[in-house]
Amino acid sequence: MEIRPILSALMRSKVSMILIGLQVALTLAIVTNSLFIIGQRLERMDRPSGMNEADTFTISSVGFGEGFDAALTQRADIDLIRQLPGVAAVTPTNTTPLSNGGWASGVQLQRSQKTSTTDTAYYFVDQNGIDAFGLKLIAGRNFEPGEIAFANFNDKLKLTQVIMSQALALKLFPDGDALGKQVYMDDESPPTTIIGIVEKMQQPWVSADSIEQSSLVPFLMPYGNSTRYLVRAEPGRRDGVMKAVSDALVASNSSRIVGSTSSLEDTRKEAYSGDRAMAIILITVITLLLAITALGIVGMASFWVAQRTKQIGTRRALGATRRDILRYFQTENFVITTLGLVVGGILAYALSLWLMQNFQSPRLPWFYVPVGFVVLWMLGQIAVLGPALRASRVPPAVATRSV
Amino acid sequence: MFNYYLQLGLRSLKRNPILTALMVLGIALGIGASMTTLTVFHLMGSDPIPWKSDKLHYVQLDNWSPDEPYRDNGEPPDQVTYRDAVALMAAGKADKQSAMFKISLPVQPANPEVKPFRSLGRAIYTDFFGMFEPPFKYGQAWSKSEDNEHARVVVLNQETNEKLFGGEDSVGKSVRLDGIDYKVVGVLDRWPLRFTYYDLTNGPFRNMENWWIPFTTAIDLKVRASGNNQCWKSPGGDGWEAYLESDCVWIQFWAQLDSPARLAEYKSFLDAYVNEQKKLGRFPRPLNNRLLDVNEWTANQKVVSNDVKVQVGLAFAFLIVCLVNTVGLLLAKFTRKSGEVGLRRALGASRNDVFRQFLIESGVVGATGGLIGLLLTWLGLIGVRALYPDLKSVATLDWSMIGMTVLLAIVAALLAGLYPTWRACRVQPAAQLKI
Repeated sequence: MEIRPILSALMRSKVSMILIGLQVALTLAIVTNSLFIIGQRLERMDRPSGMNEADTFTISSVGFGEGFDAALTQRADIDLIRQLPGVAAVTPTNTTPLSNGGWASGVQLQRSQKTSTTDTAYYFVDQNGIDAFGLKLIAGRNFEPGEIAFANFNDKLKLTQVIMSQALALKLFPDGDALGKQVYMDDESPPTTIIGIVEKMQQPWVSADSIEQSSLVPFLMPYGNSTRYLVRAEPGRRDGVMKAVSDALVASNSSRIVGSTSSLEDTRKEAYSGDRAMAIILITVITLLLAITALGIVGMASFWVAQRTKQIGTRRALGATRRDILRYFQTENFVITTLGLVVGGILAYALSLWLMQNFQSPRLPWFYVPVGFVVLWMLGQIAVLGPALRASRVPPAVATRSV
Repeated sequence: MFNYYLQLGLRSLKRNPILTALMVLGIALGIGASMTTLTVFHLMGSDPIPWKSDKLHYVQLDNWSPDEPYRDNGEPPDQVTYRDAVALMAAGKADKQSAMFKISLPVQPANPEVKPFRSLGRAIYTDFFGMFEPPFKYGQAWSKSEDNEHARVVVLNQETNEKLFGGEDSVGKSVRLDGIDYKVVGVLDRWPLRFTYYDLTNGPFRNMENWWIPFTTAIDLKVRASGNNQCWKSPGGDGWEAYLESDCVWIQFWAQLDSPARLAEYKSFLDAYVNEQKKLGRFPRPLNNRLLDVNEWTANQKVVSNDVKVQVGLAFAFLIVCLVNTVGLLLAKFTRKSGEVGLRRALGASRNDVFRQFLIESGVVGATGGLIGLLLTWLGLIGVRALYPDLKSVATLDWSMIGMTVLLAIVAALLAGLYPTWRACRVQPAAQLKI
């Protein structure tokens, strides 16, 4: 196939060529960057929290009136929930991973340090915390029932023992010998001994830099009159247990409001709703964009075919095969698309640079653009196929007609 | 003549229904996408209280640790301590001022048919009402002396008054919050706040409160804030008093300053206050007070999220692609009509006439695309509300956005039609008629 006649034909309809090329270029730039953003979001949403999310849910309660005893209620609630059928484990807790609200503190290796070594999130749990969250203890031991203390919200914590996530342990003691070591978790508290390490547990905040650095601390600490429980149901029974627990709590005490229950799966959905929305919006934009570009190519190619009907007939009359005509339009599309893609490649990196400068987004990995080239080449070929086939069916006799 | 050209245009559009549909659809999709994102962006970012946003200032004092700044970029804490909040209130140097914090309490309705429920409220000084100007339906704000007397009074919003009192004038009645009775002094009318710009630390979009009680009363009753609390060192002892004395920040403080001179005065007052505190051993960091007005604070707290900005950018790039597409298709269409143009020109139509005719045809495409785009925008906003439940208050169409949508569509289509039209006019009648 000679490319020269195609080029000279194109030079005669420069504007149309530029328009299609520009569309292809912008499409490439937007699609590659959007796909990259979508990929980042999906990766972020896919991070495991370290806990059992399938079978767990939280339920909260807030008491009212002067006679309300939060500590007593908490104890009674735990006993009540534990004996309900289908409940595998329950712990009081202040928060859960993915909830985006909680308590954070600095951790340091020496009391005299001026700034913290790193930071951590606190989960206030009892001896059933590991079991209820479904965490994997990989070193050391769990809290004993006798080690669980009661604390008022405004009191200073006397934190002597902690179970921490492996990520936090390694951050503090990179040699992997954190177990049994002492750290300082509150500026004036006694030293805290690391008695256990769990494999993985995320902080409540999904956007935290130190998301993997969590601590379980052995305190029962209602927030004023508010308490919260994490319940793990036996596999497959979560929804039934959720209702049973809520009903039982409502029936047990009339001077409090039992808050709504939330499964951890719903908590996860809510935590990443922004990322999911962004991904869905971008997918919509990409789909529409590809469709518009493809339709644009179809429209333009149809026009060219119609405009050149006579010319095609002449070529056919002079001996060009149908295949030649088909190939002509396919090659023409390939040339225009390629020109657009070259410009689009530059635009893609420019857009990536803009996103980097304004939104602290990472650099677009190099392979997105070549993959985009292949996708748009294919899109162009599919779009041009219909008009090109129509062109190839133009009978040679057209050449002999006058108009 | 306009009508004639309109008819010609419509007839010509009907002749190639698929091509016409493609053009209209292209414009509609581009408009739909860009207006959906632009509406959210516009409502998120626009001034929530335009008539006085430059007078309301958010107070930030840097009481943070001597060893590390509150933020890496050196900005002071978002909120202030209890000590400083009450000291600034006592000084009363601004034209209006209020310390405030978010609370959540159980509401126990007197009506046994309404179950107790948990409800968000805010502890404030009475100047809050004068500063942020919520409309009252019944009664009024409490007085300054009631602030000082730690009075047990409450202002309800319309929804809560509806729920508790069936919407009647409840002024003088009593509401029980967490076992304490408060006397209703005022009920608000509908207050369509798009976001709680006066408390951005606790999330601008899920923070609407239902009732307001005096700050002093809430402190008396030891009501802990249900919002963000941060401490660079833990309180000096156990209990509520130690917490109030601590360097923990958990209170928002707003000052209304009616003129630039008052603003400057207040700035130097704050500096003097902090320097005084430094003598007491507090405020170990260098002087770093800020007084941002409503819009500066909204920008500082990134109320318009990066995601929304990226979406607007991409949507407009998408619109450009759609327009380029339309230009191409119009060009194809008009070029094909060279013969007709040649004939009209030969029969005496001037270039201007031809220009007008084709521009009207483009305009029809634009207007149709705009109307469908408006429909798509409406659908798009339904989608945005489903995807971002928090954004319900900002993902709605208003008249200005509707007008802008149609305008943008027509301008876009005319722009897209301009070059093809110009090309069509340059047809040489002779060249066309020879065939």
